[in-house]
Amino acid sequence: MNPTIKVEQVSKSFGKKPVLNDVNLTIEKGQLYGLIGPSGAGKTTLVKMIVGMEKADAGSIHVLDVPMPNLALLQEIGYMAQSDALYVELTGEENLKFFASLYKLNKEERKKRIAYAADLVNLTGDLKKRVAAYSGGMKRRLSLAIALIQDPKILILDEPTVGIDPELKLSIWNELLRLKNEDEKTIIVTTHVMDEAVKCDYIAMVRDGRILTSGTPNELKALYGTDDFDEVFRKAGVKQS
Amino acid sequence: MRTMALIKRIIKQMVRDKRTLALMFVAPLLILTLMYFLFNGNTVEPKLGVSGVDTSLIKALKNADIKVREYENVTKNTVVDDDLNGLLVQKDGQMNLTLQNDDPTSARGLQAKVNQTVVAIAESKLIQQNPALAGMMPKKIETNYVYGNKDTVFFDVLSPILVGFFVFFFVFIISGIGLLRERTTGTLERLLSTPIRRGEIVTAYLAGYGMFAVIQTCIVVFYAINVLNIVLVGSIWNVLLINLLLALVALSLGTLLSTFAASEFQMMQFIPIAVVPQIFFAGIFPLEGMADWLQVIAKLFPMFYAGDALRGVMYKGFSFSEISGDLLALVIFALIFVILNILSMKKYRKL
Repeated sequence: MNPTIKVEQVSKSFGKKPVLNDVNLTIEKGQLYGLIGPSGAGKTTLVKMIVGMEKADAGSIHVLDVPMPNLALLQEIGYMAQSDALYVELTGEENLKFFASLYKLNKEERKKRIAYAADLVNLTGDLKKRVAAYSGGMKRRLSLAIALIQDPKILILDEPTVGIDPELKLSIWNELLRLKNEDEKTIIVTTHVMDEAVKCDYIAMVRDGRILTSGTPNELKALYGTDDFDEVFRKAGVKQS
Repeated sequence: MRTMALIKRIIKQMVRDKRTLALMFVAPLLILTLMYFLFNGNTVEPKLGVSGVDTSLIKALKNADIKVREYENVTKNTVVDDDLNGLLVQKDGQMNLTLQNDDPTSARGLQAKVNQTVVAIAESKLIQQNPALAGMMPKKIETNYVYGNKDTVFFDVLSPILVGFFVFFFVFIISGIGLLRERTTGTLERLLSTPIRRGEIVTAYLAGYGMFAVIQTCIVVFYAINVLNIVLVGSIWNVLLINLLLALVALSLGTLLSTFAASEFQMMQFIPIAVVPQIFFAGIFPLEGMADWLQVIAKLFPMFYAGDALRGVMYKGFSFSEISGDLLALVIFALIFVILNILSMKKYRKL
């Protein structure tokens, strides 16, 4: 079976500034894939290209065997950007309903998905409140629920745990693991926090638009002879340059 | 379907934002009312001091709605000290008019009145001395008006332009900031990560905010005509049609320019560049009097066509066919802006 996402020799620059340089990734179905690297490494650009919002200058990206960008395929991708991107004048439920109605879902499915997504992120009781009255954590959770609303095969989360408290962080990670294990979703997560790397099935370390190294967390630890991912990252960087 | 969902969302957001609604629906009425009273204030009779002038002239001046005050002696400072608009002094058969000229328009008006009166008195004296001359003097001139009548004031000509300008201004600001907020909060990016088409977003924006523009246009037009009694010679439907097209232009221009603004403050910076000049070219200043290059620039402003059409219908009573050229120009503007809008969203998603 072909991999769910295949990124081949992708390069991208904004103006004269190169952002990604010859990136190759293969992500299998049901994998929780971590893109790890410091801010400005090009992680966001890479995931935006996988979603199809940016176009690669060179190379190719296939999602579910379809070359990206492709409008119809967005039905199968749930994307959560770094900002919460919610309509604060509307209630949580209205936000969910609005985004649900942008996808191909019939009325029955839509209702079910809204109830399911709200329940998943523990917001069922707060759906009638306006988002303006939500706490930061609630907004993040609502944002995650929206990314899941159309029941996509692939979930792409750009820094989902940035700026939230440890408890919520843990609950989001548990949710991601559950989605992966029970619903067989393919999930890409970007983060700059090394201790989140160990929770992924497979990680790629990104710096200056290049993949420094990739593998399962255990493989990388063995390869660089250390238990600490900061150390792995540092050593991989040294080797590269 | 997706477009409908977006329109519904825009309406919901607007309805919950009471202040913005008030700005859109009430503010134009306030300003229009204020302008109405400012321009329709009673004209004050000018005060004229006279010295050494004969009584027949004084009588004639008083008949010409001038407050006359007689002086025995006058000094340089009489005009300023007594706050006179002018001072007419006759000495050794020589007439001398001093104007205060703090307000050039009213000074010129007074000067014209005094001149007319003096000439008329001189004529009648001549005829008294030599009745044979009477037939040679020009008869009193009958004046006919093609548009308006002798009671027409500047506000009657200005008001059609103001009605159009308010529609343009408020629609521009509200739609521009609406889309801008969508950009800055990241919801536009999120929208574009769904299978929605760029054209659907632009259509929804035009339709959603367009509905509020329609309501605003109706309120402004009906208020201006029924409450303020602004002159309307032509059809009200043509007035609405012009304003709706103008609102569409403002809507598409506002959303387009918001692409180039990073914040609400930067959106405001477009007002002096894109909005204020509109009023200069809307017909308040006659196009013929402008320098050639300025005339060319004027034709690049949507308000030029809207102002022309609105004045045509409201003041001159033009029919649809007579304003069709202006309407066509507005349609072309809107089309260009809409297409540019769709293209500019490529910045957020290449597809």
